[in-house]
Amino acid sequence: MIAAVLRILALTRKELLAVLKDKRSRLSLLIPPVVQSLIFGYAATYDLNHVPYAVLDQDHSTSSRQLLAGLDGSGIFERIADLQRISDMSAYIDSRRALLVLQIPADFERRLHQGSGADLQVIADGRNSNTAGIALGYLSDIVQQFNAGWRDAHALPRAPLEVVARAWYNPNLETRWNMIPGMIGTLSLIQTMMLTAMSVAREREQGTFDQLLVTPFRPYEIMAGKALPSMLVGTIQATGVLLVAQLWFRIPFAGSYLTLYAGLWLFLLAAIGIGLLLSSLAATMQQAMLYSMLLIMPFSLLSGLTTPLTNMPRALQYFTAINPLRYAIDIARRVYLEGAGLALLWPDLWPLAVLAALTLAAASWVFSHRMQ
Amino acid sequence: MTVGPVMPDSAWALKLRRIRALVRKETYQVMRDPSSIAIGIVLPLILILLFGYGLSLDVKNVPLALVMEDGSSDAVELAGAFELSPYFRPQRVLSMPLAQRLLLEQKVDGIVRIQSDFAHRLAAGDASLQLIVHGADANRARIIQSYVQGAVGVWSAQRVAEGHAADTPPLTLESRLWFNEANDSSYFLVPGLIVLVMTLIGGLLTSMVMAREWERGTLEALFVTPVRSDEILLGKTLPYFLLGLMGLGVCVFAAEFLFRVPLRGSLWVLLGASMLYVLVALGIGLLISSWVKNQLVASQLTMLVTFMPAFMLSGFLFDLRSMPLIVRFITYLLPARYYVALLQSVFLAGDVWSVIVPNTLVLAVMATALGMSSRAVMNKRLI
Repeated sequence: MIAAVLRILALTRKELLAVLKDKRSRLSLLIPPVVQSLIFGYAATYDLNHVPYAVLDQDHSTSSRQLLAGLDGSGIFERIADLQRISDMSAYIDSRRALLVLQIPADFERRLHQGSGADLQVIADGRNSNTAGIALGYLSDIVQQFNAGWRDAHALPRAPLEVVARAWYNPNLETRWNMIPGMIGTLSLIQTMMLTAMSVAREREQGTFDQLLVTPFRPYEIMAGKALPSMLVGTIQATGVLLVAQLWFRIPFAGSYLTLYAGLWLFLLAAIGIGLLLSSLAATMQQAMLYSMLLIMPFSLLSGLTTPLTNMPRALQYFTAINPLRYAIDIARRVYLEGAGLALLWPDLWPLAVLAALTLAAASWVFSHRMQ
Repeated sequence: MTVGPVMPDSAWALKLRRIRALVRKETYQVMRDPSSIAIGIVLPLILILLFGYGLSLDVKNVPLALVMEDGSSDAVELAGAFELSPYFRPQRVLSMPLAQRLLLEQKVDGIVRIQSDFAHRLAAGDASLQLIVHGADANRARIIQSYVQGAVGVWSAQRVAEGHAADTPPLTLESRLWFNEANDSSYFLVPGLIVLVMTLIGGLLTSMVMAREWERGTLEALFVTPVRSDEILLGKTLPYFLLGLMGLGVCVFAAEFLFRVPLRGSLWVLLGASMLYVLVALGIGLLISSWVKNQLVASQLTMLVTFMPAFMLSGFLFDLRSMPLIVRFITYLLPARYYVALLQSVFLAGDVWSVIVPNTLVLAVMATALGMSSRAVMNKRLI
């Protein structure tokens, strides 16, 4: 038993040396997750802080100016042009200079005073309809503020029913709070899985795998020796992202580190199991690379990081059951933002454990099967 | 060609012959190597199908917990507004703590609470409806909030029609979403996905293949023949270029006939821009592989510099204008950014020259620069 552990440790050391001895590959494992989480942390947000708009004000009244002042003072909307003709409106949208074009009709103030209800017409650039929808949402908030102000100033009764909305776990509805914890798993998945998938394939292509087979190592020891370095790399990468989330983006951590790492290790184990299985099936590095690419892309896009899982057709939702990242993202977010404990995370933990057990068992079966 | 003696016609003819021979050799190599066919045609097909069906930002059938603390007819009517809406799938819950547990377990995305004094306060003209959403998915939460506002708006309008105290809001917003009237998120996601897929396969095709040749030393074998390095590059690029275009064909076909994204611009603009972009993606792969010469590192680098940035920084999902200056500066270096702008316009808006011309120009400059620097790196490696 002790001999086996020593053998595994020796193999782990050899694997680590193989990965880390080259400066380029050493850097390529440590730097990217931190740099990526910094850049993507800023980039990956659905929140808008800069909405360029153009306006065609046909009323030129105090009220229309008051409305526009509300927009300009929001810090989000930036007026890039005052249009003179209706025909100018489409040019600003077409060329993407403006996300929104507003039209204030000539009877704007008159209808406000009459109490017959004025209109604010808006055209939004739907080439990214999500962004356009968010901008329209912001605009509608400003219109509501304007209405409330108008009602107060003219001693009108308040709106009969108001919606008082609150968001739990993320009071300001910042996408960043949601994205960055999700990246802890995502950014470590890519390289951990590729590293594992390529490791055996590389030895096979270079012929060193046969040398490994004539040593006293048992198949499962070889597997453990291949899995441990990847675990280590994955843990370090995940920790890097976690540090960026806390020290740089200052997102408050609500849960326990022990729970988070327990979930992460199960996730890494499952990802490495998949990598080892691919590695045992692939004959060349190119095949290993191709197989892992074929899995990593769907894993990372269909994980719930950027688009909700519940929006997928049922068949694809079943496919995501074998996606370890899906569970890891859920675990990271819930531990990080909600402080969820192991009991609440159980629905995420057991599939990971099953995935890890199945893939590792299958990989070791293929290994020993191929040896004979 | 640089300064030097003017090449006689026969030299040009020889050059052409060498390139033709190389292209032929590479084409055989591509056709006999199942992995390049897999990357060029099977990969795009699988990816566009998976993502086209899998990615959606549309919010429908939101599970809501409806806490009815008031049994009055007004409250029941308001609850009906939620129950009839296609956007919500409300379930009535007896108490607030129960609803909170459902929210925590993510069985529902939000709680709508009609408090016990609702009817009373509605008569007095200042009722409120409490809405709690799960903020973890902020984008979805925001959309749900605006849908709830919408449902309440419909309900108020109905009350006015039924002769209750008339209250028209002083100002109403009338919005139109150009280019995507139905607000279908696949309209902008599918063109973006084409960019992702083309970025990945373009980069992978050349980076993997070239790095393998460096590793096996077969490229050195080519160098001792009379062919020049630019001829090798051309010979390598052409077959993969055609393979990349086939992948593009698969993607556009799926976009048109499976996902029904309208192509409002002309096919020629789409094709021209895409050819340029395939060249750029191949160029990135070439540059990486002639620089690191190692399959493991080349594949990881390709994945890192193409896939994730094209996903996060291209404007495919996230609005570029809202990123901080430094990040926006990085996005200007990304070819994917220009291709996303081109495709979203050509598919949804039509041939908008003020978008097409600048973006194509940048792509052309990038393709040229990448070609020249791959040649330089290759020449340097030779000496």
